[in-house]
Amino acid sequence: MRRAEYDVVVVGGGPAGIAAAIRAGDLGLRTLLVENRERLGGIPLQCVHTGFGLHYFKEDLTGGEFIARLIDRLESKGVEYWVRTHVLSLSVEADGWKRLDMVTRQGVVVARARAVVYATGARERTLFEIGVHGGRPDGVYTAGEAQTLMDIYGVLPGKRVVIIGSGDVGLIMARRFALEKAEVKAVVEVMPYPGGLMRNVVQCLRDFNIPLLLSHVVLRVEGRKRVEKVVVARVDENLRPVPGSEFEIPCDTVVVSAGLRPNIDLLERAGVEVDPATGGPAVNELLETSIPGVFAAGNSLVVNDLVDYAVEQGELAAEGARAYVESGGRPTGRRVRVVKGRNVRLVVPQYLSGERDALFYARVSYPEQDVVLQVPEAGLRIPQLGVRPPEMLRFRLRAEKLKGVLGEGGKVTVEVVKR
Amino acid sequence: MSAVELVCAVCPASCTMRVVVRGGVVEVTGNRCPRGVEYARQEIEAPTRYVISVVRVVGGDLPTVSVKTRRPVPKDCIWLVMEKLKDVVLTAPVNIGDVVLRDVCGTDVVATRRVARAAT
Repeated sequence: MRRAEYDVVVVGGGPAGIAAAIRAGDLGLRTLLVENRERLGGIPLQCVHTGFGLHYFKEDLTGGEFIARLIDRLESKGVEYWVRTHVLSLSVEADGWKRLDMVTRQGVVVARARAVVYATGARERTLFEIGVHGGRPDGVYTAGEAQTLMDIYGVLPGKRVVIIGSGDVGLIMARRFALEKAEVKAVVEVMPYPGGLMRNVVQCLRDFNIPLLLSHVVLRVEGRKRVEKVVVARVDENLRPVPGSEFEIPCDTVVVSAGLRPNIDLLERAGVEVDPATGGPAVNELLETSIPGVFAAGNSLVVNDLVDYAVEQGELAAEGARAYVESGGRPTGRRVRVVKGRNVRLVVPQYLSGERDALFYARVSYPEQDVVLQVPEAGLRIPQLGVRPPEMLRFRLRAEKLKGVLGEGGKVTVEVVKR
Repeated sequence: MSAVELVCAVCPASCTMRVVVRGGVVEVTGNRCPRGVEYARQEIEAPTRYVISVVRVVGGDLPTVSVKTRRPVPKDCIWLVMEKLKDVVLTAPVNIGDVVLRDVCGTDVVATRRVARAAT
């Protein structure tokens, strides 16, 4: 069995992991990046649409273009990476080092690292998690599966399509189906507002006259061998189906775009504190989890709507890893608790050390106009013309503003209030 | 002169705007910042989009390569570009930026993914 030692091992070779590995290498850390698929890149490899890199590269790139540039940067810096490497377990040894047991093409390898950056992405929610009933006919795909089939393998999954959920991947796939001359019968969204970015509602649905059924739910998928139809109903303000409002939509394909959940299996087994709101680990402003020296970034930390945020988190986690390594293994601190206030569904980070500036990512619970995003304890107020759950709020909080809350039981509240 | 309803896609405020073209001038109401006017004018006078798709590749480590128009094209050109892409077949290797179709709707269609030659 091979053994190897690093300052930091980055788990996951998508945007966040690659960015973390680049930054860790730049910071002089002995770095290894591991990816379980056969190539680096993660989800952007299958994203043929634009909208990538507007912040990071200041250009509107497709997923493939964006990730190729990031991989080129990694390779030009000579950071070590292994593909087809599956991490079986993550544990903390008696001396505080992290141990990763990995299956590689060369057999089992045990790596020891002072710090770990966990960037394993998210998984798609399935039909069974959103309460859709019915049989198990052929023709039901998640949006990501449909995307892989169409845009990697060149296979059209079906010709008459109903999309459940109006998240961005679902909207983008609605356009891809329409462009390839499939008929998108409807996008069915249970909430009274779309789940994706407004740009995607306009450019993916309205451009192609695809109906968006807001406040509607798919009750059942029906079909003997192949999907034949879905049964749809209107929902009331409590999201309950209205009796008598049912109708059928004939179709041969159902695409589920019902959101993502962070992939945190290894972290959970290692006993990390999980935030039920994000589904990811609870972290401080350097993205350190409750396990000292283990950092999280990208969609395994919190489901992001822009790849640029995932990259930014990867870089931040690498900075965290350096702080941890340079201090000889001192946790980077979580003295202040971050509390969710009015109209805030989730916020990252969940803790602050109070020692450095913090970058926040938050999502609201429902759309509102003319509001103020504020952290009253720190005297921070940021007016917003409008807020929507699909569009993350991102803001910075200066360390000096936290002086008043560093005592016992210190907390800050992130809230959205009417102007 | 007819009024069109547009939802602004510039920022999360998602203003619902009423747009009227009067004597060749685009008049916008319902926007809450100047970017809404610019967006409405663009969408009414000359809406453009990137066209994105995939085309077949033979002999590659992947069976398709993703493509895009180098620049956004007039919205009316979307189907023309798709039609021209229908029968395109490339041979690996393909590099990002390789021209897939030249001079269609005032721009080129270029590859946006790398496809290496399949290992034999």
